Amino acid sequence: MRETQERKNPFVSLSGLPVARLYTKDDLKDWDPEHQLGVPGEFPYTRGIYPTMYRGRLWTMRQFAGFGTASDTNARFKYLLSQGQTGLSVAFDMPTLMGLDSDDPRARGEVGYCGVAVSSLEDMERLFDDIPLDQVTTSMTINGPAAILFAMYLAVAERRGIPSDQLDGTLQNDILKEYIAQKEWLFPPEPHLRLITDTIAYCSEHVPTWHPISISGYHIREAGSTAVQELAFTLYDGLTYVDAAVNVGLQVDAFAPQLSFFFNSHNDFFEEIAKFRAARRLWAREMEKRYHPQNPQSLRLRCHAQTAGCSLTAQQPMNNIVRTTLQALAAILGGTQSLHTNSMDETLSLPTQNAVTLALRTQQIIAHESEVANTVDPLAGSYFIEQLTNQMEEGAREYFQKLDAMGGMLNAIEEGFPQREILEASQRYQREVDKRERIIVGVNDYTEEKYHSIPLLRISEESENTQLERLTSLRTRRDCAKVTEVLQAVQQAATTRRNLMPYLIDAVKARATLGEICVALKEVFGTYQESAVL
Amino acid sequence: MTVATIPLRILIGKVGLDGHDRGVKLVARALRDAGMEVIYTGLHQTPEQVVNTAIQEDVNAIGISVHSGAHNYLLPRVLELLKEQEADDIVVFAGGIIPNEDICWLKSKGVRALYLPGTPMEEIVQFVRGLHETVLPLTERIGTGKRDT
Amino acid sequence: MENMEVLKNRITYGDVRAVSKLITMLEAQDPFGNAVVKSLDSLPSQASIIGITGYPGAGKSTLIDQLTTCYRAEGKKVGILAVDTSSPRTGGAILGDRIRMQSHWSDEHVYIRSMATRGHHGGLAKATGDAIQVLEAAGYDVILVETVGVGQEEGQIIDLAQTVVVVVAPGLGDDIQAMKAGLLEIAHLVVVNKADRSDADATVHALRNWVSHVIPTIALNGEGIHAVIDAIDAHQRKIVEQHTYRS
Repeated sequence: MRETQERKNPFVSLSGLPVARLYTKDDLKDWDPEHQLGVPGEFPYTRGIYPTMYRGRLWTMRQFAGFGTASDTNARFKYLLSQGQTGLSVAFDMPTLMGLDSDDPRARGEVGYCGVAVSSLEDMERLFDDIPLDQVTTSMTINGPAAILFAMYLAVAERRGIPSDQLDGTLQNDILKEYIAQKEWLFPPEPHLRLITDTIAYCSEHVPTWHPISISGYHIREAGSTAVQELAFTLYDGLTYVDAAVNVGLQVDAFAPQLSFFFNSHNDFFEEIAKFRAARRLWAREMEKRYHPQNPQSLRLRCHAQTAGCSLTAQQPMNNIVRTTLQALAAILGGTQSLHTNSMDETLSLPTQNAVTLALRTQQIIAHESEVANTVDPLAGSYFIEQLTNQMEEGAREYFQKLDAMGGMLNAIEEGFPQREILEASQRYQREVDKRERIIVGVNDYTEEKYHSIPLLRISEESENTQLERLTSLRTRRDCAKVTEVLQAVQQAATTRRNLMPYLIDAVKARATLGEICVALKEVFGTYQESAVL
Repeated sequence: MTVATIPLRILIGKVGLDGHDRGVKLVARALRDAGMEVIYTGLHQTPEQVVNTAIQEDVNAIGISVHSGAHNYLLPRVLELLKEQEADDIVVFAGGIIPNEDICWLKSKGVRALYLPGTPMEEIVQFVRGLHETVLPLTERIGTGKRDT
Repeated sequence: MENMEVLKNRITYGDVRAVSKLITMLEAQDPFGNAVVKSLDSLPSQASIIGITGYPGAGKSTLIDQLTTCYRAEGKKVGILAVDTSSPRTGGAILGDRIRMQSHWSDEHVYIRSMATRGHHGGLAKATGDAIQVLEAAGYDVILVETVGVGQEEGQIIDLAQTVVVVVAPGLGDDIQAMKAGLLEIAHLVVVNKADRSDADATVHALRNWVSHVIPTIALNGEGIHAVIDAIDAHQRKIVEQHTYRS
């Protein structure tokens, strides 16, 4: 009797999928490895998008960083590069993300807090001071005003004489997941989609190695979704962008190879690995079926991953190091192209330099000491992993059907469908934690009375003041007539179907600020009020 | 109806610019399920908006979520505006990513309770339920109205 | 009672805090509050009371937001009562209609109050009628009442409002039959919102078989709103001429 007794009934994954005691060949009865796996670097890319994967090149270790003024963050970037980081990733502050200048009254108290404040071309120049833009890859986490910040980056490169075809990096630029999960938008969906297709078209012509969009599930997961929902909504968002670009006349092969994705890597180790594998297979199959691209690169889902910020706890913060390590390992076994590992102090504030270093070292230890990167897709063929990968793909397909039936993602968002699905999932999880059906170490079990104090990064008010002074100085120095002229040109172009990128580049060069450009665009595009889903 | 059977009215919303509303929605649902009337204001509220709404809706308490790091400016500002409006009988509590040192300081400023990620919902519900004890009889909460004279 | 006079005076001066508190008392069936509202009864009022009803998701709150913008442009003070259901099990409620009306938050001449039904049927809260009186006494020129919007049993609004506007979204189809006996019966005018949708024309046509005033709008960008205002005004004038409503 005792031998068959189990701790729980039923066992379920983090996302609520039932997990059996044992997986055997019976679970993979109709499973054909040739069809479902193929070989690495080939359709359907389940095993990875490159034949050699990490044997050829390790994943890019890309730590998201940004705080205070552009100069503060510039120093952090140089430090990270000196410590062996291989790519830059810019975190902008909330006002910048919302298209507000640092001196906007609504920005008060938030300048430089959650990221770096960038209001003008001069800020962007300071941010990349002494960093060779043709030798690093830069990821910019910016969505609503992405086209404007990208225009600033291009203008900085131009001033330094770097041709735009030598720039490499990624713009997050994914507005659908903002409506679904992160809630940072500037305009209604249609003009936002137009700005996105403008950046895609511009890059395909002028900045061919740049990734103009990073279609993101990370924030959907942080908002409380399941792994299946993250997979389904993200890939469906991706198809929506492809549709939009094709509809404005772009050839799928002219831009699809440059699309990139961004996933969360959460606590459930095997489920996460399966999610990454299923994502590649599902994307390749859907792209093939819907758009018949000629270039196989158009079928390959390349992605960035970040360990789950929402899994970190303020209680016993050192435990977060262990969580992050496991999540990072899952993303690597899942075959990600780049990775950010969270720092242990991020439920309390932005990370300190020591905490960031430790997070980076975590990746380096996995890369060089664990030996997991020596072979491609080491878990393939595991009954459990393959069955989970199938389940992920099937679950996502069910959502695809529902979304198709609703007439696409924009309608679904307006109806509040993905928002409601995520909220229900997040409440289910919260209830399980509250009822202690799920144990979170240090939170609802193994708790300690003692408060664990760790050093935190403080943003000085001085940073905010410096930024405000710089902005005031800029406003007095620049040619105001010229600023008015470029802003009018942006507005004028916005009312036509012309690509806005050249106008935005002209505007930022004339020292029009982020906030001014956004106000000008809002006058043409309008604003958006969400239908709050409760 | 006695005071105890009148549902508490609680304003729940987010101040500041960040859009992380998972926590605030779960709190809104938990309070509703505990029998309270939750006035949900949504995202991106300014302190002025929150206080105006609180007065129009005559709430017993304001629950605010901040994840942007701006709590040390935004929360005291809400308290200050409530005082200006003679509405400082309205209890203010908050949640979000808030370092321990700030929690002590904000409590000293008058924020009644602060909750970090990972707080069980029941703890927040219990706190709000406890406000029934401190709610003044209606006729004693009217204020003087001298601001309008 | 002197206290009562003070409160009454503050109400008539339009003191928002006093208005709010009095509505709370009325919701709680507080005897003092009831006495105050009775004494307000004698005050004259010219307010237009407009009921906005319709199924959930049709766009009632957004329409109210747009109407408010128009009435404010005419210089009228606007009071809004937005009613939502209380959970029959717990008595709790999430009241979120005002999210759609945020453009008016800084306007001191717009008052928005969310009310939960607290077990009352008919699409309104028990105290909604009294709350309307408080807003009339406080000098609001237009009072917009948003009903729960579950479709059936919304009839009570006809007893309180002079003009009832029913908001529908396109694509009703067979639901029109069901609405005939309920919502459409009380409608002075029907607004077909989201008129940019392809199925809007068909809905407008179908409705015109049953109701004489059907107006297509796109509440998100304000298209058609002025036609709604005109139709409401026309109906209000008709009432005055006919003296059919509490004179």
